[in-house]
Order: sequence, then structure tokens, then C-alpha cells
Amino acid sequence: MKRHHSLAAAFALSGLLCCFGTAVSAQEADAPPRQHWSFWGPFGIYDQGQLQRGFKIYREVCSNCHSIKLLSFRNLADPGGPGFTEAQAAAIAASFQVTDGPNDEGQMFQRPGKLSDTFPPPFPNDQTARTALGGKLPPDMSTLAKARSYEWGFPQFIIDAFTMYQEDGPDYIHAILNGYTDPPADFVLPPGGQYNKYFPGHAIGMPKPLSDGQVEYTDGTPTTVDQYGRDVAAFLMWAAEPTLNARKRLGFQVMIFLIVFTGLLYFTKKRVWHAVLHDPDLDKPRVA
Amino acid sequence: MKWLERRLPIASLVNSSFVAYPTPRNLNYWWTFGAILTFMLGVQIVTGVVLAMHYTPHVDFAFNSVESIMRDVNYGWLLRYIHANGASFFFVAAYIHIARGMYYGSYKEPREVLWILGVILFMLMVATGFMGYVLPWGQMSFWAATVITNLFSAIPVVGGSIVTWLWGGFAVGNPTLNRFYSLHYLLPFVIVGVVMLHIWALHVAGQNNPTGVEPKTEKDMVAFTPYATIKDVFFTGVFSILFAWFIFYIPNYLGHSDNYVPANPGQTPTHIVPEWYYLPFYAILRAIPSKLLGVTALAASIIVLAFMPWLDTSPVRSANYRPLYRQFLFIFFAAVIGLGYLGSQEPTGGYVIAARILTIYYFAFFFVILPLLGLFEKTKPLPNSISESVLQKGVPVGASAPPAGVHD
Repeated sequence: MKRHHSLAAAFALSGLLCCFGTAVSAQEADAPPRQHWSFWGPFGIYDQGQLQRGFKIYREVCSNCHSIKLLSFRNLADPGGPGFTEAQAAAIAASFQVTDGPNDEGQMFQRPGKLSDTFPPPFPNDQTARTALGGKLPPDMSTLAKARSYEWGFPQFIIDAFTMYQEDGPDYIHAILNGYTDPPADFVLPPGGQYNKYFPGHAIGMPKPLSDGQVEYTDGTPTTVDQYGRDVAAFLMWAAEPTLNARKRLGFQVMIFLIVFTGLLYFTKKRVWHAVLHDPDLDKPRVA
Repeated sequence: MKWLERRLPIASLVNSSFVAYPTPRNLNYWWTFGAILTFMLGVQIVTGVVLAMHYTPHVDFAFNSVESIMRDVNYGWLLRYIHANGASFFFVAAYIHIARGMYYGSYKEPREVLWILGVILFMLMVATGFMGYVLPWGQMSFWAATVITNLFSAIPVVGGSIVTWLWGGFAVGNPTLNRFYSLHYLLPFVIVGVVMLHIWALHVAGQNNPTGVEPKTEKDMVAFTPYATIKDVFFTGVFSILFAWFIFYIPNYLGHSDNYVPANPGQTPTHIVPEWYYLPFYAILRAIPSKLLGVTALAASIIVLAFMPWLDTSPVRSANYRPLYRQFLFIFFAAVIGLGYLGSQEPTGGYVIAARILTIYYFAFFFVILPLLGLFEKTKPLPNSISESVLQKGVPVGASAPPAGVHD
């Protein structure tokens, strides 16, 4: 969960730092295996089908304990998202009960959700959640995919700047969901903890949430924990970064513009300086 | 135009400062970072003013208001990613600008005031960047604010009172966030003011150049426009491509994932680190076991820059003609980068020892190497003039060159 990228160390390519580079800090947890993500890279965008499957997992499994307070029902129909129609999103909203009020009588009341509502949390407050779940508070999932990472160390973090690796959050989430194994013989598991080889410290409070075949898919996608992990991690990445598709599209346009514009500036610069650099007569001053 | 000119000669001021202003003909691309810094300051102020329209400086709403900018404000994600990465690239440009000044001896007589204004600008940037990092009110924001403000408690006798005064309470809280927001909005305009003084001082002393030899005649010079202008604009374009790479493709690369967790005063992150651009100074702070001495060293590591003009005793400016200084300077740059790496790591075992060695080198460079080198170093012969150095480089002098006649 700790990682720090230092651009300064990017200059460490000078090689003068080899002695520090080899001393990688002790990692408690295993490195999450890197998955292939549709939203990686300069043209990578979300896979609508995957986001819909991930949403199904969130709704049927995660949302029993985890809130996702910053996500609104209307977001489900936003461009660059899971691609539900507005009617579908409204139907999903209506299937949730949200607390509203106070009404004219001064009472709070329950009503079906609307597009403008945010997803109601599973527990009315954090204390209720802790009491119900053995003292541990499940983190809110709104920004979870950007709030988790893994410290890859030198020199991998420099390579990642060039290969545009930004997916350590989804990789971590996928890894956690697939990381439930039997603890090593010498590992003392604290009470209420589960062993997870990718969790820092290995003792995670969350019981294994997914097993094969638990969530039904209608599009023929394999119903394995591996696949569930990828789908729900992709959904959470979208929840954390809903404008990624727009960012990639605009980014490409800006890059094309900047490269062409800078190229033209380069040739303009060459032309302007040509006379100065190739002037046989340096005596002529060029100051106005 | 004449009417205005007689009452406020602003047009002729712009003309003499940015058009006709003579600039050495041999400036290389390291000299374009002043223009890039001005560009970055503009970018930060424009994006920052718009972000401020959507931001709420309150401990209960700050995190969500930033997320609302990312989600609901039109192109809010773009503004925020430009601003957050812009801070990093502002520092990239500043560090290159400072390194260029150190390499070519731009701090030496008659440019001491220009250099000191630059050090002041750097300190203002450090303060502004730090307070800006606190505003999103994530875990790292909160704990960085706590750690850094706590440094003042090292001051004997009055330290505790100063920290309480800075916080506006007995812990980092809402008053702290509000005053940081206020100052984060104010300081950039102070920077603009000092930048004006910096440029004024530059135009009084004139620019240094890669030979470090003062211009002697007009043939050493070219007019600022179009020669320096086009070069600056071109390289700002190159810099922008790198900047855009981060904004659009790896916008969170330079940030810390913990800052996407809302601030929680009851839960300390496993590993508190500042933004990358403070890491060398953070490593110096942690290298020293005594808190008071550590804080003193931290402050001294920046303030010492202001004394460079007097610590360096050599009459020769450019490192191109100072072979020993050049080597020690490159080791110094490597030491700063090494300190930056160590600042990002857990302060245990060999890391502490390495940080101490590099910290000793950092200060020895200023207090031992710089004064002594001027006395013992055998420098290379300097060219007689800038134009002579240009000719010596073997620049092809073609007879077919177009007739000179570029006059503004």
C-alpha cells in the first residue's frame, strides 16, 4: 500500500546509484500479478461488458458490506461507463430504498431511489458497520482502485513511467480476491483474520468474498474467481476514475497537436537561427 | 500609441525588455527553463483559480469537493490533473534551472541579487507546493501537514507555541486547512511579484552564457526576439509533450495512492512520505538523529544556496573551464538524487548511513569544496569573447549563407 515514485530517481539512470538500487526494501506482501486491462495504455478504454459484470458482482456481493458513496445511479448511464440506458439506470435506482426527508411532518422516510441519488450505504453509519462486522470497517469503494498500490521499487518504477503502468490498484484488488490461501505453518493468524498472501501483513479482516460460480453471468464469460476479480476490479477502476475514456481521447488529440506544433516550431527556430549560425560575417551585430 | 507612450511608456518597456533586449548568441537549451518556469507559473495560476471556484476548504467537504471536481465538473479532471502534475513539472523545471545556474556559475558577480531572488522564489515554491498538497485532505495531505508543521516544535522554548499558532488549534484541523488554502492562493501572486524582480535583476546584470565570459561587443549578441523567443517557445513545446504524457496517460504516477483515502486523524499511514520534489530535503532531515539539528540542517540545505556567490572563490564562472568543479558538481547532483531516493525509503539500517554520507557531502560541497577549489583549481584558458568561442567550435561558415540583415 506504500509506493513512492520519485522523478528525481528517474535521473538515477546515470548509474551512480547502482549501490542503492540493489537494496530493495523488504516487502511484506507478495507482488500482485499484473493483469491485462482493457483500459491500459494510450488508447485503452473501459470494456462495457466487463463494467456491467463488475457492477453485478458489486451489487450482489461487495455492496453487502462496502459503501460506494461517491457514485450516483445516473453515472451508470454516463458515457464512458457501463453503458446502461437511462431507463435501465432508473430501474436499478428504483430497486434501492433510500432515506429522504425530513418531510412536512418532520419525519425521515424511505423511498425508491432516483437517478440523482448516490448509492445508499449498507450500514447507516461506520459504528453500525464495525459492530456488525467484528470491529473492522470495510473501506468505501468510491476511490478504492486509486487508493491501493504496490511499491515496485527501483528500477521497475522508472520503466512503469514509460510503459504507462497505472493499474496497480486494479491488480491489487484482483490479487486480494485471489490471494486467500492456507497460512504457512509458522504463521500465527490473529483472531478474526484470514490469511491473504497479497495483503500487507497477510491478516485480512474480510472473509473470502467470492467463490467459483457464485455470481451468474449471462454472456458466457467464465464464472471463476479469477474472472470475477478482474471484472469487479475494472468496475471499481471506473468508479474511481469515471472520466478515463474522455481523458484518453483528449490526450491523443492534445499529443498530436503538441507534436505537430512543436515540430513546426523546431523548423521555424532552425530557419530563424540559420543566418546566425551560418553567417561568415560575425562583425555584423544582430541587436536592433 | 504616442499618446499612451508619453503618459505610460509600457510599449517601449516591453520592446526593450522582450524584443530588442540583447541576449548572448551562444545560449543553449538549458537557458530556456526560465521561460518554461514562467509558462508553468501561468498554467498553475489559471488552473488553480478555476479549481478554487469548485473547491470547498472544510475538513468535512474538501475531499469530496475534489472528487466532485474529478467527476461532475466539466473538464474538472483535466484541470485537477494539470494542476497536480503541474506542481511536479514546475519543480522539474526549477531544479533544472537551478542546476544550470550552478553549472555555469550564474550566481557569481554581478548576478548575486538575481541568484538570491531565485533562492527566495524556490522557498516560496516549496511553501506553496506543500500547502497545495494539503488541500485535497487525503491521508497523505493530513499526515504530511502534521509531520511538517511539527518540525517547528523543535525550536527551543517557543516551538510548541509556534506549532499551536500555525495550526490554529491543538491539532491539524479545520483552521489549519483554511489558512493553508488562503496562503496557497496568496503565495503564487507573491511569486509573480518576485519573478518580476528576478527578471528586472536579470535585465540589469544581463544574462550569463555557457562560456561565462561577459559579452564584449554587439557581435556577441542577438536580439531577444526572434532568436531567444523562438527557442524558448520551441522548447516549452518539447516540455509540454512530456507534461501531457503525465497528465493524460499516467496522471497519478507522481502522486501517492494514500491520498485517495480521506484524511483520518485516528489512523497513521504505515509510511509517511512527502511529494517527490521534497525528498532530498526530507532525507537530510531524517539523516540527523537530533530533531533540532535535523530541522536546522533542512533549513540550512536550502538557505546555503543563497550564499553560493561568496562560498565560491573561483573567478571563473562556467564549469566548462573548471574541470575539478565540474566533477564535484556532478557528484553533488548525484548526491541530491541519491538523497531523493533515500527520502522515499524507510529510514532503517544502511539507508540511514547512506543518507548521512550524502548529507555530509551535500554540506561539504558548499562549505569545503567550493571555497577551496577557487584557490587550488587549475582552470582551462577562457575564450576571449563569446563570438570567438562560437567560431572555435567549428561551426560551418558557408559562403552561401543568406545576407545578414536581421534587424528589428
